[in-house]
Amino acid sequence: MEKITTFTSRVAPLPIDNIDTDQIIPARFLKTTSKIGLGDQLFCDWRYDANGNPNPDFLLNQPQGKAAQVLLAGDNFGCGSSREHAPWALTQYGFKAVISTSFADIFKGNSLKNALLPIVVPHDVSAKLFATLKAEPAATVTISLADQTVTLPDGSKVEFPIDPFYKDCLLEGVDELGYILKQEPAIAAYEASRPLTVNTLA
Amino acid sequence: MASPHIAARPRTIIEKVWDNHIVSERPGAPALIYIDLHLVHEVTSPQAFAGLRERGLKVRRPDLTIATTDHSIPTHDRNLPIVDTIAAVQIEQLQKNCADFGIPLFGPHSDKQGIVHVIGPEQGFTQPGMTVVCGDSHTATHGAFGALAFGIGTSQVEHVLASGCLLQARSQTYEVRVEGALRPGVGAKDVILNLISRIGIGGGTGCVIEYSGSTIRSLSMEERMTVCNMSIEGGARAGLIAPDETTYEYLAGRPYAPKGAEWDKAVSLWRQLPTDEGAAYDKQIFIDAAALEPMITFGTNPGMGISVTAAVPDPDSLADPLERDSLSKALRYMDLPAGKPLLGHAVNVVFIGSCTNSRISDLRAAAALLKGRKVSPNVRLMVVPGSQIVKRQAQEEGLDRIFKDAGAEWREAGCSMCIAMNGDQLKPGEYSVSTSNRNFEGRQGKGGRTFLASPLTAAATAITGVVTDVRTMMN
Repeated sequence: MEKITTFTSRVAPLPIDNIDTDQIIPARFLKTTSKIGLGDQLFCDWRYDANGNPNPDFLLNQPQGKAAQVLLAGDNFGCGSSREHAPWALTQYGFKAVISTSFADIFKGNSLKNALLPIVVPHDVSAKLFATLKAEPAATVTISLADQTVTLPDGSKVEFPIDPFYKDCLLEGVDELGYILKQEPAIAAYEASRPLTVNTLA
Repeated sequence: MASPHIAARPRTIIEKVWDNHIVSERPGAPALIYIDLHLVHEVTSPQAFAGLRERGLKVRRPDLTIATTDHSIPTHDRNLPIVDTIAAVQIEQLQKNCADFGIPLFGPHSDKQGIVHVIGPEQGFTQPGMTVVCGDSHTATHGAFGALAFGIGTSQVEHVLASGCLLQARSQTYEVRVEGALRPGVGAKDVILNLISRIGIGGGTGCVIEYSGSTIRSLSMEERMTVCNMSIEGGARAGLIAPDETTYEYLAGRPYAPKGAEWDKAVSLWRQLPTDEGAAYDKQIFIDAAALEPMITFGTNPGMGISVTAAVPDPDSLADPLERDSLSKALRYMDLPAGKPLLGHAVNVVFIGSCTNSRISDLRAAAALLKGRKVSPNVRLMVVPGSQIVKRQAQEEGLDRIFKDAGAEWREAGCSMCIAMNGDQLKPGEYSVSTSNRNFEGRQGKGGRTFLASPLTAAATAITGVVTDVRTMMN
């Protein structure tokens, strides 16, 4: 997996709570057997009109959205379906981080496996950043995973929490499945210690 | 595998199942937990199998894995070709993946095919005390048996296929205690919709819910599955119910349940699972079942629910600007006025189906109301059984005749209009009453508008053509 380094970017604000994964990538695009080609379908039903033309009112069709590698969203981002197509679509569009006051569990887990940083900030920080971006759409933030900080447009720094294991994985580009498979002896020992529960091949 | 100091203090069932499955727990890392049952379907697995091929890995435990086709499969005659070529390719890919990796598959033409969360319990694959995963957020359905059942992403599907294990941080515990008798016309779906309307769709984030109390105990296994199914709509990682005699009675004799002496041994282990006296939860909420009414959602997430007789809330009553905007946005999408009840609102489609409400008891409840009545000429009623076995059972009982005589469509098993991937979908602007689990924008088809409700409310609405309080139609 790609290593995450410190970066500075403009921010795309979506001031909506509870943005679910059906909005991030509608289910009709889940018939693919591939991981790629999903960036064009990100937020499809908000982004395009009934004829497939870009909706000029939607953020990602405006300069501010197109230039941003950071998405700022309302509370409980990524709720609903477990589809990993959501972080695939976000990263393929070009996002490297999403800032919110909270994330749904499955989406957060999926993001961490795809080098998309789910950054949780307090409500007052989120509100201030939304307000700043309204006044100065070109304002930027700097995100340092190593320091676990977001540097806001006014120069102040806010810390964000991240599981230390996933922080290491993202900084070092560690492959999670490789890490699990190295524990083969423990897995085999566990299996040997308990009876078979079900046999689907029976 | 539990260490003595863990066993010494009272534990919840959530902690017991978790502790029983720890393969390793290293400082500074999530625990590695063993997975007893992995359910696979066509939509969230192809990229995982591709990952195995790239790395030259095998499926570690095909004997703990079962696959079916449910999400993108059409619900019309299975002898007809699949018109959607992209869906057809995805289904063929699952067949190839299962053949290549030795995984049993209940494919499109299997007499056991069905929705993954219907067939697991139906076959006896799902058992108390297990860890169960599936690349589907409604996996908590299996929690009805006292299993710890998580929805996972495709990377994790690959992890479990390759290793039989999942890296997972320990969850908080959340007790949802429901006490008292449900009134006529009020059922399991109303209990869970009421809970989600109270805690909101992020209320259970980071938690596993245990549903407890006399109301939960009195529910059948199928009703318990309806409750656990929607745990994710409250944001919870999983939701479960301790096993009891109802559980054992349901499981006994199922094809893949233990038999003979193995059964007795299993039951004696399962009896140790319920939460110990004095065990503490991180969070708790109490619901008075006797006060509940039939529920319906009005908005664009499952937390936006009200009693069927209540008025749609007014955004101006909310103080938080983002919450106010979110509610306004939802009402704009739904094209509904604030402050008025949904009762009497015309609908175009009624959908009875999905992993929430497509089991035989759901179909019986709907059929009991539809018997001798007709579906409104303004409404398309689709009845989609959860599995081929549910379908055959319903036909043996004559339920299909009741549905067809009333003017409903009687379909093949699948997820159908719950997720609208297979051609079954609303047209832009149409309204549905649906027994499924999600009312997100476009969930049942681009521009479609969904009211979530119970099978009884759905059947009542199909007859009248407008949102209806089923209690006005019951004797």
